[in-house]
Amino acid sequence: MSAFWSAWVIVITAAVIGGCTWLLLATRKSETYKEATDETLGHEFDGIAEYDNPLPRWWFQMFLATVIFGVAYLALYPGLGNFQGLLGWSSTGQWEEEMAHAEEQYKPVFAKYAAMSVEDLQQPGNEAGLKMGQRMFANNCSLCHGSTATGAYGFPNLTDDDWLYGGDAATIKATITNGRNGGMPPWGAVLGEEGVRDVASYVLSLSGQQVDSESAAKGKTQFQALCTACHGADGTGMHALGAPNLTDNVWLYGGSFEKVAHTIRNGRNGVMPAHKSLLNEDKIHLITAYVYSLSNK
Amino acid sequence: MSTATEHPTYNYKVVRQFAIMTVVWGIVGMAVGVLIAAQLVWPALNFDIPWLTYGRLRPLHTNAVIFAFGGCALFATSYYVVQRTCQTRLFGGGLAAFTFWGWQAIIVLAAISLPMGWTSGKEYAELEWPIDLLIAVVWVSYAIVFLGTVKLRKTSHIYVGNWFYMAFIITVAVLHIVNSAALPVSLTKSYSVYPGAVDAMVQWWYGHNAVGFFLTAGFLGMMYYFVPKQAERPIFSYRLSIVHFWALIATYMWAGGHHLHYTALPDWTQSLAMVMSLILLAPSWGGMINGMMTLSGAWHKLRTDPVLRFLVVSLSFYGMSTFEGPMMSIKTVNALSHYTDWTVGHVHAGALGWVAMISIGAVYHMIPRLFGKAQMYSVGLINTHFWLATIGTVLYICAMWVNGILQGLMWRAVNEDGTLTYSFVEALEASHPGYFVRWLGGMFFLTGMVLMAFNVWQTVRKGSTAPAADAAAQAA
Repeated sequence: MSAFWSAWVIVITAAVIGGCTWLLLATRKSETYKEATDETLGHEFDGIAEYDNPLPRWWFQMFLATVIFGVAYLALYPGLGNFQGLLGWSSTGQWEEEMAHAEEQYKPVFAKYAAMSVEDLQQPGNEAGLKMGQRMFANNCSLCHGSTATGAYGFPNLTDDDWLYGGDAATIKATITNGRNGGMPPWGAVLGEEGVRDVASYVLSLSGQQVDSESAAKGKTQFQALCTACHGADGTGMHALGAPNLTDNVWLYGGSFEKVAHTIRNGRNGVMPAHKSLLNEDKIHLITAYVYSLSNK
Repeated sequence: MSTATEHPTYNYKVVRQFAIMTVVWGIVGMAVGVLIAAQLVWPALNFDIPWLTYGRLRPLHTNAVIFAFGGCALFATSYYVVQRTCQTRLFGGGLAAFTFWGWQAIIVLAAISLPMGWTSGKEYAELEWPIDLLIAVVWVSYAIVFLGTVKLRKTSHIYVGNWFYMAFIITVAVLHIVNSAALPVSLTKSYSVYPGAVDAMVQWWYGHNAVGFFLTAGFLGMMYYFVPKQAERPIFSYRLSIVHFWALIATYMWAGGHHLHYTALPDWTQSLAMVMSLILLAPSWGGMINGMMTLSGAWHKLRTDPVLRFLVVSLSFYGMSTFEGPMMSIKTVNALSHYTDWTVGHVHAGALGWVAMISIGAVYHMIPRLFGKAQMYSVGLINTHFWLATIGTVLYICAMWVNGILQGLMWRAVNEDGTLTYSFVEALEASHPGYFVRWLGGMFFLTGMVLMAFNVWQTVRKGSTAPAADAAAQAA
């Protein structure tokens, strides 16, 4: 804030607080009556007269007390333009102090578990560590994956053995830390509507569903030309790309014929956000251990 | 007896229109409030219909109760009070009629556009730019009618009630025009001209002064007429009026920043807002003291007069919520209360307890006089309404206090490892019983309003035809 605006703030703040105080004191000083009175001022408005009673003493004192508190507060804390206050307090400073205090207080609690591997954390005796992971999961992950981690439409179930990118500890940790961007390109323009439905029939046949075999046969040719690069020749997917296994009847975006056809026609784009800037390594370590525990009982 | 020259024929037509619409919009606005309160208890009640969802109906509720119900009450009482205390007919007859029809048109446009999802996204200022323009035109007309009438007054002084009405009218014009400044991109969408944190500050400068000038100064104007009139006692202290009026309007202007504690708003702005909010306590209470002490010597009337009871209880809720407000503006208290239901409860202590109750009392006072009847159709029904309104308000604010403190404590609870003890959903689940009690309180209040509508209808239609004393005097 420039010196001019700072001075502006100071001047009008002083004018308002000073003006109110002056008005209060001047009105009290000019009181005609020091005690309650039955004399009205003489003018009437639609039958309403007005007494000229003195300001109630407790009210007068309360008013002064809030003014004194206000002036003292503005001397101690930032408020008057660029003047930072005698205490040197700032909200950023307070936040940094609290964060430093939390770091110091909680670091040892996390350090103990950070020294153990994810697999070791599954051993009896480390339930407290997994519980910490569960709480952090509830506050950071459950919005998408659900409070029981069973997922939702478009958000993978983390409690089964079906993994898009792999379910070993290192991969789970990499997923949480750096996030994932799962892109399935749209094939509607390439395949045409009939081609989309043929491929959908073939994809559903991979997990043993009843489909039109003629359509599925046509779809197989196109699947092998367009889809195998990511989903593999046998449709079992590829962890490196996050391409789902199409043979296990687990569906991220629904397994009905129409849903699968929609996915092929329009593509999908699933995003898991990176958490490295939100949570420190020790916290991600414990969340990893908790997620790992869900499918490794 | 008076002569025709001393008692001009007042323009009561526009007052009657606004008084009746106060009751109508009160029921509509509160019914929407009860529906959205029910949706928080039973979420299925939005029936998966976009325009019935909470997000669209909540601004409809706030706009309807503040600007339709509260606005009509302010128009009706200010036009009534200014004529009677200035002893002159309302200035600009056609312009006064325009303010009525213009204001009703704005309300209808709001009732259509908000459920459609057309919103500027600014709380209590959601209406889109074409409606904002219409509001500005109607409001400036209102200012001309009111100030013109004050100028034509036959009394030597301007009555204190009219100071408050004038402060309210002038300031709301400034607030509305500054905060609604926007760049339109289509007929139904515009973007604020202010960037980022500045926009937030302008919005809450507007938002808190909407409370301060629309819901406080305006209704204090109402209080200064109807309390002494109904109690038939002189105002307690003229000099107290002077101090608290000027201190109130000077300090309210600064308090808006307390809505943005612990945000990106600069520290100095937050501190100043907190200091001014605390200094605001005494000026706010000045109005309560002046109203309450006016009753000295007339307390026994509370036993028999439920209209006076409405007015006095509204002052109690006013005193309570204007104490609560400065407390909540203290940063350490705000750290607990902010974003919780406590804020919602605080607003309703003011909105139901103060604004609605004093308006209801004022309307019960005016209706027989406006329609030339001796009294309301049923005093018993007014009494029933009083208890329904009081119990409803108490249920509402207690439920929100419990919920607010519960949420604040659950959100900040931390385990020994530094992780949060509760997820957000757990705090929401714990709030469920409070949401039910809040809905129940709203049902009480709404039921009272329906009784009022029946009572007003019967008074206007049938009621005693014996003219009220002062109605006869002015009808000369």
